[in-house]
Amino acid sequence: MNMNLVILASVSLGVMGLIFGIILAFASKKFAVEVDPRVSEVREVVPGANCGACGYPGCDGFSNAVVKGIAPVNGCPVGGAAVAAKVAKIMGLEAESSVKRVAKVKCDGHAENCSNRYDYQGIDSCLAANMLNGGPKSCSFGCMGLGSCVAVCPFDAIHINDKGLAEVDPEKCTACGKCIETCPKDVISLVPYEQLTIVTCNNKDKGPQVKKNCKVACIACGMCERNCPHDAIHVVNNLAEIDYSKCVNCMICVEKCPTGAIQGDLSLRKMEA
Amino acid sequence: MENASIFVIMVSAVLVNNFVLSRFLGICPFLGVSKQVETAFGMGMAVTFVMTLSGIMTYLVDKLLLSNYGLEHLQTAAFILVIASLVQFVEIVLQKMSPTLHQALGVFLPLITTNCAVLGLSLLNIQYKFNLVQTIVHSFFAAIGFSLAIVLFAGIREKLQTSDVPKPFLGFPIALITAGLMSIAFLGFTGLV
Repeated sequence: MNMNLVILASVSLGVMGLIFGIILAFASKKFAVEVDPRVSEVREVVPGANCGACGYPGCDGFSNAVVKGIAPVNGCPVGGAAVAAKVAKIMGLEAESSVKRVAKVKCDGHAENCSNRYDYQGIDSCLAANMLNGGPKSCSFGCMGLGSCVAVCPFDAIHINDKGLAEVDPEKCTACGKCIETCPKDVISLVPYEQLTIVTCNNKDKGPQVKKNCKVACIACGMCERNCPHDAIHVVNNLAEIDYSKCVNCMICVEKCPTGAIQGDLSLRKMEA
Repeated sequence: MENASIFVIMVSAVLVNNFVLSRFLGICPFLGVSKQVETAFGMGMAVTFVMTLSGIMTYLVDKLLLSNYGLEHLQTAAFILVIASLVQFVEIVLQKMSPTLHQALGVFLPLITTNCAVLGLSLLNIQYKFNLVQTIVHSFFAAIGFSLAIVLFAGIREKLQTSDVPKPFLGFPIALITAGLMSIAFLGFTGLV
């Protein structure tokens, strides 16, 4: 074997590597961009799933935004309170208590309550069905139950139940918001985990028209608004909306609602003394 | 290929010997970064940038260093070294000099560091005994061919998202079949030059 060749080969490659290494080291010093060390610290404690639920492009984007002061320290819905506390510590703030939230499907218009206008035989995609004159349901705001949300859920937390409507498993839901983004009807929204009283309707049409289409729809009569002792429910755009910061789950509205569009398990109601 | 005219090299690099669809180089980013036309375009631009630069650099390294000392057998190792350092260097410089460009290309640059399309291009340039001008043209248009393929592919994949694909073919299988069909389509350019 030609020893010279071996030596020449290893020396030349070694020297090239050395030269490039020196150039790179020099360049990284010369062209160094100052990065706040807190960015990488924050990046360490967030879950790192890059789900984008915070509204920033991935965990890196979120970390940057937190350190710049744009994003709140509890802005990561997946990490929840534990991560918020760690991020707050890095940022030198007290964590604002971050309430665990879960997605809820605001519709109870299954086949018995809400009729179909036509027989949809296309592919199982809400997005596709929605393009066909707003979907087969006579209510153009309700859940069509074709499962586009199921397909995008990274946590297996949303399923089509036996009534043909999407239903969220609150134990698995991390409030990442993927389903909310996907749903063409905007019928899913984030609700505090502790919240027991939910308006299960998304219809913003006027009362008489709503009543024709669905048995359990909010007809915007205002009974809930008048009877709420805590000023926590209001009819906005022909639809009752609960202010979760004021609601104490007394469930008076559940009892008063003439159509059953507000739902809550009465056995869990919190009566005031 | 030694005396090929610039035009022939152009057509050959973009269509006939398309790096992805006929040479099957750079399949990893071709499948990985082709879910959206926008990102595919970004990737294409980043590849164009790096391929042209590294084509020239490796050409110079080979001419000035390796072939001068009879070390042609080190091409592969040396070129990887050159390309990796070059990409790193470009990333560092871009970050400082042009943050906007870095934002647009930055995420793709590390992906290209050890891309076989870049290495393959450098080796082919030497194999074909191109001169400097031919090398530049070949490098640039090979990368344009890559961009063309990835953007077309991303367009098809976007359409596939809303198509009713049979369950066993969902996701990657249908993407691979699509890539195969595109490759067959590009086979039609054979014999053009």
